[in-house]
Amino acid sequence: MINFSNLVELISIAREKSLPIHEVVIAREMHISLRSREHIIKQMADSWMVMQESIERGLNNTEKSLSGLTGGDARRLRLYSSKAGAEAPYLGEAAILAAAAAVGVNEVNAVMGRIVACPTAGSCGIVPAALYAAKQRGASEEKLVLSLFTAAGIGMVIDQNASISGASGGCQAECGTAAAMAAGALVEIAGGGPEKVGEAVALSVKNLLGLVCDPVAGLVEVPCVKRNGFAVIEAMLAADMALSGIKSVIPVDEVIGAMDKIGRALPKSLRETSQGGLAVTPTARRIERELYGE
Amino acid sequence: MHGVFDIVGPVMIGPSSSHTAGAARLGLMARKILGERAVRAEINLHGSFAQTYRGHGTDKALIAGIMGMEPDDMRLREALELADKRGLSYDFRQVELQEAHPNTAVIYLVGETGRVARVRGASVGGGNILVTNIDGYEVELSGQYPALLTIHHDRPGVITRVTQILSRYEVNIAFMRVSRQSRGETAMMIMELDDEPATDVVEECGQVPDVELARAVPAV
Repeated sequence: MINFSNLVELISIAREKSLPIHEVVIAREMHISLRSREHIIKQMADSWMVMQESIERGLNNTEKSLSGLTGGDARRLRLYSSKAGAEAPYLGEAAILAAAAAVGVNEVNAVMGRIVACPTAGSCGIVPAALYAAKQRGASEEKLVLSLFTAAGIGMVIDQNASISGASGGCQAECGTAAAMAAGALVEIAGGGPEKVGEAVALSVKNLLGLVCDPVAGLVEVPCVKRNGFAVIEAMLAADMALSGIKSVIPVDEVIGAMDKIGRALPKSLRETSQGGLAVTPTARRIERELYGE
Repeated sequence: MHGVFDIVGPVMIGPSSSHTAGAARLGLMARKILGERAVRAEINLHGSFAQTYRGHGTDKALIAGIMGMEPDDMRLREALELADKRGLSYDFRQVELQEAHPNTAVIYLVGETGRVARVRGASVGGGNILVTNIDGYEVELSGQYPALLTIHHDRPGVITRVTQILSRYEVNIAFMRVSRQSRGETAMMIMELDDEPATDVVEECGQVPDVELARAVPAV
């Protein structure tokens, strides 16, 4: 059977068999789930549909979350994205729209809308927004759906060798993993080979190492919603760097190993307990009192 | 290692896989253990569930599950209003339990025919759940497999007779746990199965001497 426990193994299998990474991931999934290729691809296409619905809803969202802390920023960014001349966004329209999509999906999450956890609910905007950016410049539906298997393969390796849970590894485990998944998928969509997918993951993970999980009032809103916007931009830059031929000095699996060690070294107060960082600032404390009482 | 859809997925209603999607699955599990429509729910929330349930919609998710909704059901946000319309009354209390997972709920349900169930479970991350107590019996039930639950008199041979029936129908047992209140009293057995047991399998298990009740608890 096809199996892999780290990214070097995943990349070598793809090379040996002359397959794209997504095919290796699909083959493994068929084996462990005893389901057909068609069935598995159909389920992923359905997930992509849900992702796109959440993007559309998010880009137009004016509704505030239950707490009132978030809602409406994705729309703000979308309206700003098309400004021209001296008012044009520094990052350009496509990047700002991607950031808007990422923020929007997380706003939909915060108003109890339907999303696809990817890998978690708090980081659910990053991968869909990256694919949305690829779609805007013409990537086919088939390519986008298949790239989600590459993203999943990357997430599976990180889950196995580090963590994808904020409570155990901090936000590097959630938004960090999502950005790595998005970066790898974007490289594959653009025609980069398996090695470049690995480089994009290494570059992306390195930049978000050490990111803490310190949500205000314990809610998946501050800083999560806006951070999804930052993280998709980071993923796009990592993909562009890898596609340009830039290599990570530290090999990808060693980077993931460092992510694991850093996650374990993070104090509990910075791992989704809301007992440190932004969550204990005077303003966060005031918000907490307003929401829950003393 | 997990599968593809543990990483890209689940499809769920936000905002939190543990506090919303997991809570909905806990509610749904309680409903399936009750085995009929619930008309009354009393829910005790412990730990992080007790602290943050309003901001995460944990209350709505639990009630939605108790009404039979899946974690990706768009009606989840209106679950409390729907409960009023459907004649399900409910109460939430914040409690402190001993040695409990931070996301624990104790759900007491009354069904339309007067049947009751008391289910304690935790949302253990990523939308996964673990039911740890049913009606006072210690259990371990993840909801990932269809299960067969029996309540029977704690006597020699009962378990064999039930498992023989499953064997005859070629139903494979993946995990199994027996728990009793005290020797010779009643006991509960939970078998997690590879396939959903057919109705006649469940009925036949219910007719085994000393078995008071056999009920299928589908996967959630």
